[in-house]
This record gives sequence, structure tokens and C-alpha cells, in this order.
Amino acid sequence: MALPQLKQDATDARLAALEMPAGGWPEAARKDALERVKSMGLPSGRDEYWKYTRPDTLVQPDAPKAALLETDEPLVFDKVDRLKIVFVDGVFDPEASDDLAMEHVSIDRLADAPDIHWAKDLYGVLETRGQTPVQRPLATLNTAFATDGVLIHVTGKAPKPISLIYRHDSEASDAILHHVIKVDGGAELTLLENGPAAARFNKCMEVEIANGGIFHHVRAQGRDHERRAATAIFTRLGEESVFKSFTLTANGVLTRNECVIELTGDNAVAHVAGACVGDGDFHHDDTVFITHDALNCESRQVFKKVLRNGATGVFQGKILVKEGAQKTDGYQISQSLLLDEDSQFLAKPELEIYADDVACSHGSTSGAIDEEGLFYLRSRGIEEGPATDLLTIAFLAEAVMEIEDEALQEEINGRVESWLTRRRG
Amino acid sequence: MAALDNVTVKEGVDQETVDAVREVGGAYKHGWNTDIEMDYAPKGLNTDIVRLISEKNGEPEWMLDWRLAAYERWLQKEEPKWAMVDYPEIDFQDQYYYARPKSMEVKPKSLDEVDPKLLATYEKLGIPLKEQMILAGVEGAEDAPAEGRKVAVDAVFDSVSVGTTFQKELREAGVIFCSISEAIQEHPELVKKYLGSVVPVSDNYYATLNSAVFSDGSFVYVPPGVRCPMELSTYFRINAENTGQFERTLIIADKGSYVSYLEGCTAPQRDISQLHAAVVEIIVEEDAEVKYSTVQNWYPGDENGKGGIYNFVTKRADCRGDRAKVMWTQVETGSAVTWKYPSCILRGDDSQGEFYSIAIANNYQQADTGTKMVHLGKNTKSRIVSKGISAGHAQNTYRGLVSMHPKAKNSRNYTQCDSLLIGSLCGAHTVPYIEVKNNSSRVEHEATTSKVDDDQLFYCRQRGMDEEEAVALVVNGFCRDVLQALPMEFAMEAQQLVAISLEGSVG
Repeated sequence: MALPQLKQDATDARLAALEMPAGGWPEAARKDALERVKSMGLPSGRDEYWKYTRPDTLVQPDAPKAALLETDEPLVFDKVDRLKIVFVDGVFDPEASDDLAMEHVSIDRLADAPDIHWAKDLYGVLETRGQTPVQRPLATLNTAFATDGVLIHVTGKAPKPISLIYRHDSEASDAILHHVIKVDGGAELTLLENGPAAARFNKCMEVEIANGGIFHHVRAQGRDHERRAATAIFTRLGEESVFKSFTLTANGVLTRNECVIELTGDNAVAHVAGACVGDGDFHHDDTVFITHDALNCESRQVFKKVLRNGATGVFQGKILVKEGAQKTDGYQISQSLLLDEDSQFLAKPELEIYADDVACSHGSTSGAIDEEGLFYLRSRGIEEGPATDLLTIAFLAEAVMEIEDEALQEEINGRVESWLTRRRG
Repeated sequence: MAALDNVTVKEGVDQETVDAVREVGGAYKHGWNTDIEMDYAPKGLNTDIVRLISEKNGEPEWMLDWRLAAYERWLQKEEPKWAMVDYPEIDFQDQYYYARPKSMEVKPKSLDEVDPKLLATYEKLGIPLKEQMILAGVEGAEDAPAEGRKVAVDAVFDSVSVGTTFQKELREAGVIFCSISEAIQEHPELVKKYLGSVVPVSDNYYATLNSAVFSDGSFVYVPPGVRCPMELSTYFRINAENTGQFERTLIIADKGSYVSYLEGCTAPQRDISQLHAAVVEIIVEEDAEVKYSTVQNWYPGDENGKGGIYNFVTKRADCRGDRAKVMWTQVETGSAVTWKYPSCILRGDDSQGEFYSIAIANNYQQADTGTKMVHLGKNTKSRIVSKGISAGHAQNTYRGLVSMHPKAKNSRNYTQCDSLLIGSLCGAHTVPYIEVKNNSSRVEHEATTSKVDDDQLFYCRQRGMDEEEAVALVVNGFCRDVLQALPMEFAMEAQQLVAISLEGSVG
């Protein structure tokens, strides 16, 4: 079917501005992805899936400029013992990165593409699976044009977290990174991500978790106010495997985080959580799609947004329980705290259920700070500013507590506190 | 119902239940077809048909122009495909857009002239005795003491309103309750002012179609300060093969008035799916209150999904004045495909909207229903309670919008949508849209999906109920919040409908 003219033009313009990296094992997958992008077209504001977030600046040929933030605040996770992999404006920085060798883990770069690699069986595969029933063309564009990324194969329990650090050095950088992570049966990995990455960042991550594998993901998106990002995680879970992902977003004029989870093995567990604190032009969109396709799986979504000065928070979450996925336990909560009159929260929490022996629920609330709570704290001698901060932290706590590692929880809480203090001036 | 003939009856299920299931599964209870001569317009839709409908209703020029404008808009529109319903392509040129009982070609001067077969139809529909007497034109019937609460009936048989009862009492109160075609003749100023003001001509595909071809419907005007002395009721019927039914209802509650309107439907069994696209517009002025209750029990198709009504309905209430209040209550058990979202525009400050819904889908039924609450005024309140029950191969979707505009300060919404699944082949879906654009408003949304609770079933079984009774009881309990919101007359009927609709879905 022909695309609408405007969509066709926008897609053509974007594709014309990109160059596909040549050669190596990913070539076939890249070419296939290019064909798929051409037939889908890139997102437009008329698409139902982009009802609440305008995709124009993510689609336009050149990245809109984003000023670099000047701050002396140390980077998040600095205190954590980890293996660092640094990208500057989407380009691997070997100087700043640690040695890529670690016990039970093999790490390669997408850009060093030999002819044969284990990632060939996964690259673009989970992304393709994630295209139905809803199309995610920005991720497909990523598969076709990603310039680099890491390929991580975990064969046992990784001794320390792997940390991807995305630095932003140029005002007009446009980065496309694609990571593939394969967690073997019984293996375990914690992946940390932080940094603004680029003026515009398109990131796609495919995570295959075999039976009994465990994958933890903690991410902090912050710093530069004017940055834009479209990220997507595609994951497939085997029997009794665990996927837990948490994201803190503290800045950015536009962020769209998609998470596509497929529970294909019995007794698998997937938790995805997000906390965001937004100010001014901040527009943040969490889009989650969880498919239950096995028995007795558990999924949990916890999203909390604190918004002020005209910030916009969007949540689109869906639980799909396929026929036969009995004993499913699906839970989803999305809440927003609007600190002033101008901010807005737009939510579309969906359930689509084709099995009868399930317990699925979702809740969504939006409102101002609890007057009674505030009064209680004020009556105990706490001034309005700090009292509001306390209540805000308490509000976000439910999402932050989804992080299992207490040290990482602390790190994230510290970030929230500093955001609140900084904003209060 | 051949499928049931060979089943092994579970221990503890008595013969009576088996017979009941067979009866319900085999034939639709209200599935008869009254043999009345029909006056058809030719199949298909074009400007001539629109002119014909207008002419047959003896409409003035302005009404015809309105219809023709709607028809032009309809040609430019596309059929919406976003709902989670799946049905064969409708050939809009293969439908009749006008049919009326032949005996109605000349409107009866009194109800005596009403075709006796029509009256027999009412009897099957279970229209209360007193209304039957009045509909049949029995002398002095209006003065006969009414048992219990009074209900005025404006019965719609296919497309033409054939009788309106309790006219005298309503007239004394100043309430206008008549067919819309009559209102166009008698009260053009009101119709001109309000028709299309809540659901604009080009609102959506089906509403636009309705605007072009609506053949009749009901009109209610309640003057300022008047509390309508009785419940107003309309029975919609579809009774001609392959006839689309395009009802248009317009209710105006002027300042400080109150009216409760009931709408109930049954339809005869059919082989070919029928198209229905009704529009209901409600205007609620300052301090006025409107209750609109629906029990919809149209032919849902047989147990293999053959036949059944396609029900594409646009219902919307506009709370124009401050402190206006509107309440939608619906029990949706029929139709093969339901596409229906009764909505409230809460424009006036302190206005209130409520939506209570039970949607039951069994066999191959598909229901995509919900509501829109658009908060525009300050301190507006809305409440949504939706209960969806799916059984057999049915798909049941709640789709709703709660929108708090920046100026709707201090507004509140509470939404609860629960789904119950009976059997492993059906589906239950929830698609809420929540848009909050100010911080003094509070929005809460909750949804759950589960199966009939085993503990509750076990408890009931332990007390000697069979499984079907137990399920009916549990389901009725599940629906209680909504059933309680119905007027008395409907609550009992609805309770029975809930049980009947689910018969044959367990065991």
C-alpha cells in the first residue's frame, strides 16, 4: 500500500541523509531493515501510536541543535565498580573505555563486523518480532543504519556491571547505536547506561534471555536539556528467566522510550519501571508493550512522573495476553504528580486479553501534591519547599524501589534529590 | 442446537438446566418476525433516497437541505476501522434506507387504526398492559389507575413512530414528547436550534449517515423547572429484512428540569446482518438533570456467529449550563457488533457526568463500547463504571476517554472498568485514553481482568447451587454497581438478561 504523500516525503528525506555501513555479517539484516522502513514509512503525527508525542524532530533529516550543559555534578554511577564502555556522540572512545575483557562475558563492537558472529542470529531479529501488531519504524531505521554498538554475550554470572556511558560533545550530533545482548541459561548481567549521548540519539537494544537467565538494566537519562532521544528495547524471555529494567529521566526536550517484552517461556518474570522528573519544555514518553505467550508468567510496569512548568508526560502501556497464556499475572501502574497548573499527563494504559485464568490490572492516576500530606509536614515545622520535595521523593519511591541493587537505588535517589534542590534554586 | 445434543451431562446438572440451555442456545427468545406489509424505498443510497425520506416525512425545505448537506459530507468520509471489531465489509448500497409498515402510509388518526399485528408485537415485547391498552386506543385507558410508576411509551416500529401515550398528562406538564418527524413539523424552532448541535453533522461516519437518512426517532423537550412526571420510554425494533435502522433522538432538558428516559430493544431473528446507526443528542441546561437508560437486546447472531445486528451508535450529552447533570446507564447484551460510546461534554461549571455500563458478549459477539468524559468547566465531576463480560468466542472492549482541559480546574474523574472472562476462547480488552491538562484535577483509573472467582463459585456450589446458577449469581454480583443505577423497571429485566445472556456458557 502506498504511503501518504507527506509520510513518503519525510521518509525519503531522512533516508537520503543516511549512509548504510557496508559489509560484514550485519549487511543482510541491514538491507532487510531498509526495505521494511521503506514500506512502513517513518512515524508522523497522524499515527495513532504517536498521538501524544510529535515525532517530527526525531524524523527530520538533520538533528536539531542541542546546547551542552555545563555542570560540575559528577556523573551518575561513578561510585559503582563497573566495566566502562564510553561513546562520545555515538562514536566509541577506546581511551576512556576500560579493557573489554571480563570473566563469563564476551564484548565485541558492532563496527568491527567480521563475517561470522553469534549476533548474526539476533541482530534485527527481535526488532522485527516487535513490529507486530504495532509498527516501530524508528527502531527498524536503527537496524539499517546503526554505526556502532556493543555485542555482549554472557555465559555465566558477570563479576561486575557493564556500564555504557554516552557523552555528548557536539551541538548537532546525530547518533544511532544498536546493542545486542545474549544472556545464556543461568547467566546473569547488570547493564548500566547513562549520559545524554548526542543532540539526537536513536538507540536500539535487543536482549535475548535464555532459560534461567537474569538481566538487570538501570539507566539514567539526563543532563542536557535540549537533547532528543528515541530508544527501544526488544527482549525475549525464556523459561524462568528474569528481566528487570529501570529508567530515570531527568532532562531532555523529547524522550521516547519504548520497551517491547515477549514472555515466551513459562514462569518468566519481566519488570519495567520508570521515574521521570520534568521541567519546562520536557516531553517524556514511555511506551511499553508486553506480550504474555507462556504459562504462569509475571509482568509488572511501574511508571511515575513528576512534572512542572509546562512539562508533558506520556505513558502508553499495553499488556497482551495471548490465547493459552494461563495463570498470567500482569500489573501496570502509571501515575503523575503535577506540581503546577501548566503541566500535563497523557496516558493510554491498555489490556488485551485472550486467556481466562489470568489476573491483570492497571491503574492510572494524575493529580496535584497531596494537601493533607503537605499540611502534616508543615505542621511538623518543615518548610513548604522541602516538604514538597519529601512528598515528591516518596511519590517516586515506588518506581525507584523496583531496582533490586540497593547501592544503585541510592544513586538514583541522590539524582532525584539533586534535581529537586537544583530546581528549587 | 446440534452441538448440545451429544454432550455428556455433568453430574449434578439436572435435566431442566440442559433443556433451558438448549432452548436458549437454539433459538433467540425474541426471534419472531411479525408479518406486516412493508413499504420500502429502493435499495441503495443517493440524493433521491434522501429526498424521498424527507418527502415521505413531509419535511420542510430546511430539513431536506440539512440532510443533503450531510449526505455530501458522508460521501467524503471513510468508515472508521480503529475499533476492535471484525465484520465483513458492509455494502452501503445494498441496504434499504427506508421502510415503514404499509398500514402507516396514512398516519392513523387514532390508535384504533393501528394494525392489530403491530399490537401483537408489542405484547410479545412485553410492553406493560396499560401502555398496550393506550396503544390499542382503549377508551378511557388514560384515566385508568396506573399500577406503580408510570412510563410513557413512544414505540418505534422500524422507522416510524406509531403511537405516543400519556400525551395528555405530559402536555399538562408542558413536556413535549413526540416523534422527531412530528417535532420537525410542530416545533421547527426547537429542532432547528438543537438538532446537530451536540453531534455535528460530520461528527463521524455513522452519525453523518444517520443525519442524511434518519427516518424517525423521538423528541423530548422539558421546559424550565419542570420535573417530568413519568419515565419516558422508547422501544426500538428492527423488523424488516435487510433494513438499516437510523433513529434520531433529541432530548432537551431546559433550565432546572428533570427527565428520565428509558430505551429498550429486541429484534427478530435474521439471517442477514442488519445495519443500525442511531444518534442520540441530549442538551442539558443549567441545573437540569437527564437520566438515559438503555437495555439493548438485539439479535446477536446464532451460536456460530451467523447473522445479528451491527450496531453503530453515537450518543452524546452536552451539559451546557452550570450544575447540569447527565447519567448514562446501559446494559448491552445483544447485537453481533456493538460500536457505541455514550459521551458527556461537561461544559458548565460544577456539571456532572456518569456512565454505568454492563456489556455482555457471548458466542461470536463483539462489543467495543465505552464513553468519553470531556471536562471543560470548573469543578466538573465524572464517574465511569464499566463491567465487561466475555464468554464463548466473544470479544469485549472498553474504550474510553477522560479529558481534563486546562480550564477545568478542580475537576474529578473516577474510572473503574472490570472485565470477566468465562471460557478460554474469548477476549477482554481495555483501551482507556487519559488526558490531564491541569494539576488541580484528580483522575483515577482502575481496571482489572479476571475470571469468575473459584472461591466464590465453590461457596455457591457448596450451598447447593448448580454451576450455572452460581455463575449467574456471581456475575450479577459483579454487575451490581451498574444494575443499581438502573430505574426499577429496567433493573429486574436487566438482571434476568444478564443471566439469560450467559446461559450455555459454562459447564
